[in-house]
Amino acid sequence: MAEDKKAAAEEAAGMTFEQAMERLETIVTKLESGDVPLETAIELFQEGMSLSRLCGQKLEQVEHRIEMLVEGEAGIGRKPFAPTREETNGDKGE
Amino acid sequence: MDQQKVMSIRDLNRYIKVRLEGDPGLQDIWLRGEISNFTHHSSGHMYFTLKDESGRLKCIMFASYNQRLPFAPKDGMKVLARGGVSVYERDGAYQFYATAMQPDGIGSLYLAFEQLKKKLEAEGLFAPHVKRPIPRFPRAIGVITSPTGAAVRDIIITLQRRHPSVPILLHPVSVQGTAAAPSIVKAIETMNRLAEVDVLIVGRGGGSLEELWAFNEEAVARAIRASLIPVISAVGHETDFTIADFVADLRAATPTAAAELAVPHAAELRQHLSHLEQRMGKSLRLLAGKSRERWQHAARSPYFTDPRRMLLAQAERLDRLRDRLTFRAQSQLGRAAERAARLNGRLAASSPTEQAAFARKRMTGAARALELAMSGTLRSSRNAYVSLVRHLDALSPLKVMGRGYSLVYDEKEKNLIRTIGEVQPGDLVRVRLADGRLDCQVWGIQGEEISNG
Repeated sequence: MAEDKKAAAEEAAGMTFEQAMERLETIVTKLESGDVPLETAIELFQEGMSLSRLCGQKLEQVEHRIEMLVEGEAGIGRKPFAPTREETNGDKGE
Repeated sequence: MDQQKVMSIRDLNRYIKVRLEGDPGLQDIWLRGEISNFTHHSSGHMYFTLKDESGRLKCIMFASYNQRLPFAPKDGMKVLARGGVSVYERDGAYQFYATAMQPDGIGSLYLAFEQLKKKLEAEGLFAPHVKRPIPRFPRAIGVITSPTGAAVRDIIITLQRRHPSVPILLHPVSVQGTAAAPSIVKAIETMNRLAEVDVLIVGRGGGSLEELWAFNEEAVARAIRASLIPVISAVGHETDFTIADFVADLRAATPTAAAELAVPHAAELRQHLSHLEQRMGKSLRLLAGKSRERWQHAARSPYFTDPRRMLLAQAERLDRLRDRLTFRAQSQLGRAAERAARLNGRLAASSPTEQAAFARKRMTGAARALELAMSGTLRSSRNAYVSLVRHLDALSPLKVMGRGYSLVYDEKEKNLIRTIGEVQPGDLVRVRLADGRLDCQVWGIQGEEISNG
């Protein structure tokens, strides 16, 4: 049982936010159906809470990664990008 | 006249044709005019007249050229036509051979827009079922727009504000002018090739119809539809509609709106998460409550609370059953005994011993009766005999003879002689007396009258 939980936790860590959210929503629906044995319900609840924490953590990860593709001689490169206010002045609409 | 050479009409027409076609001032020129007498022949060639205020010119556009026209020419339409002048030899008529044509002026831009829209709609490019769903939680966002300007700033600021953890990949393009459409097409293709982002925002800020025109180009529309990554269009202001908006998987009224549609708000997500947690907790509490209720219900069962009572009930049942058993057994026994007695009686009634006793009794009775009857008969017979003997004795002739009477028989003493008629004189007769016989012979016979009294 403990190993199962560990495996589930490891699996959850590898999940995308969307997968985690979907799993979490499935768990909530299942729990709300009231159609699960108490033991399963407790396990589902624990899994759901850890998924929720995981999703919360993912939300907190502030990467600020904004890149712009640059076409160079060696193909496509990237460089960090930050929109500038000055350039917009007088450059109508673009 | 004779010296002068006579040309055939055919030769002359050909000569003129060669001269016209050889004149660079008549080839690859642009004409502006209004279409009239337009005919789209079944062969695919288009025949029409171009006219302006001062003149008119017969035109032809061959099928090979008109196939790629971005619009459908019509009478009254103002166009710019490119081509050269040549001669139709049979009729001796010169005409304009158009190789390209486009609607003239802003009015015709609207026209081209409407026509492309109609065409792509007919092809099913706007159909709801071909639209790809926008992912709920994109891992990365691709932005295709000009790197300078309000649009890119609005998009990035909004994305950052809503969901700062989602990476943004910007593909800079030119969004205006003749290079715009090809560069947008290329950017969409590049993003698809890189396959890093889950959703694309393609757009630019507001502008005039001409400025937005790249987003009305067929090539851009087809690139958007061909993209494997879902596309959110974000062109101009809310009132601006472009072909790109129709063909995109989702249309945003403004670049800011596109960013809002592309990512969920992190704060809203956090709220959603806590809401989900609450729902889980509530469900679990409910389930636990229900389980507790079930347990309590089970624990309250009389089997647990008062096991004795349950036993008593069973004992009572046992007693009742035992009573019934006894009652049934007894009644059955009674019936059986009754029947046995009945049968015994019948059996006794038909017993041979009884019969024998009875017979013996009957026999004894009969014997006694017989004896009785026998002795009675004997007695009465003896009495009768005695009286008869007395009687007989009284009647005995011997007694009579004792008093002096005798009996006369024939000689052999066989027949008693009662009358005189039975004897003849001389017959021998025997006379019996009380003490012996006398043998006598009849001497005489005298009859006598017998008186009666």
